[in-house]
Amino acid sequence: MKSLVSITDFSKDEILKTLDLASEFENNPNQNILNNKVVASIFFEPSTRTRLSFETAVNRLGGRVIGFSDSANTSVSKGETLKDTISMIANYADLIIMRHHIEGAARYASEISRVPVINAGDGANQHPSQTLLDMYSIKKTQGKLENLTIAMVGDLKYGRTVHSLLMAMSHFNTTFKFIAPAELQMPVEYKNYLNKLGLKYSEHTELSDNIDDADILYMTRVQRERFSDLLEYEKVKNIYILTNEMLEKTKPNVKVLHPLPRVSEIDINVDDNPKAYYFTQSLNGVYTRMAIITYVLGLK
Amino acid sequence: MQKELKVSAIKNGTAIDHIPSNALFKVIQILGLEKSEHQITFGMNFESKRMGNKAIIKIADRYFKDDEINRITLVAPNAKLNIIRDYEVIEKKVVEVPDFIEGIAKCINPKCVSNIENIKSKFKVIAKDKVTLQCHYCERITNQENIIIKN
Repeated sequence: MKSLVSITDFSKDEILKTLDLASEFENNPNQNILNNKVVASIFFEPSTRTRLSFETAVNRLGGRVIGFSDSANTSVSKGETLKDTISMIANYADLIIMRHHIEGAARYASEISRVPVINAGDGANQHPSQTLLDMYSIKKTQGKLENLTIAMVGDLKYGRTVHSLLMAMSHFNTTFKFIAPAELQMPVEYKNYLNKLGLKYSEHTELSDNIDDADILYMTRVQRERFSDLLEYEKVKNIYILTNEMLEKTKPNVKVLHPLPRVSEIDINVDDNPKAYYFTQSLNGVYTRMAIITYVLGLK
Repeated sequence: MQKELKVSAIKNGTAIDHIPSNALFKVIQILGLEKSEHQITFGMNFESKRMGNKAIIKIADRYFKDDEINRITLVAPNAKLNIIRDYEVIEKKVVEVPDFIEGIAKCINPKCVSNIENIKSKFKVIAKDKVTLQCHYCERITNQENIIIKN
């Protein structure tokens, strides 16, 4: 039984297989592979894109969805433990897709559950389906994953998407450029990890001068909920705003990705720029999640 | 020899040497010695050429399995064991940092499931020279100086 809790649960080959499957589903999105399967979509904290794209994926595959999007309506509000909740749901469904604010909750659930668990986000820790859809978007727009330069911009300290993307892209000889204010720099353990692998990276605080050689510009939101000191948040929240003018000198193949939701870090005029890709990226989430679901269930 | 006798000799048992002085009570806690019925003598702040100062524990009539004693590497990575029979050291051992640690340390992340649900903490040891742990659940990395031993 295979669960997907952390992006490191998938080998390089499994990542590539999932991306190939996603491409297959993009070409043929309605398939009855999950006929007679019940999928539990349990979201203990709010989500728009992730929950809806997972549920769309199940529906397009012909499966049925049970679950909740607010744990206030469940026995969790009566004090039920995560262990009991998961054990019970695992008896009803063939697969559990879960989001939880407690970090490590999905790993714990995967140890309790007798059916596979897909982590749809556990606090500030992991969100592996986002990473795979980011990689699918990179592969689709660049035609390859190897030897690319990725500029990661914004909150590199707390942003789980950049950490997971870094880990996954490290299989593909990526060069990284980290663009962040001093308070939100890439944590040292990730830089050590790249050093160990001999991968190149550089660190910058200015956005406009450092994106011209990038193939992918991965923008992130400075997340207010990760700051205990709101004054610190106010200092950095608008530090980078990507504009069309900044994109003029960038490479013709560059694409701007963003895990969304966006606040102010990309000027809305960029939305019509052919280099903007973030809305298509979120559509790719459906195909990637179809691929993940069928792969962990051993159906593809 | 003079130095050894600062903590009285035992006839049979185990002497644990080269414990950092500030880790003495953590070692006692990890090995559960506070509940032991064996005779135990210990001392701290002894001079050590290599470590500056060190602590020693001697436990009479008690021998440890490797996986039991290796748990102290979290706080005393250079500890040395002398196995004693009839006042003679019959074997010397060094502790080895295990690859995986269960139940001894506490994850430093207050939002980690291991601190919220009633479960045993688990860590992967990602560096052994300067012990660094990665929580099996929340994946948070803890450096040696921040390791918290569970009560």
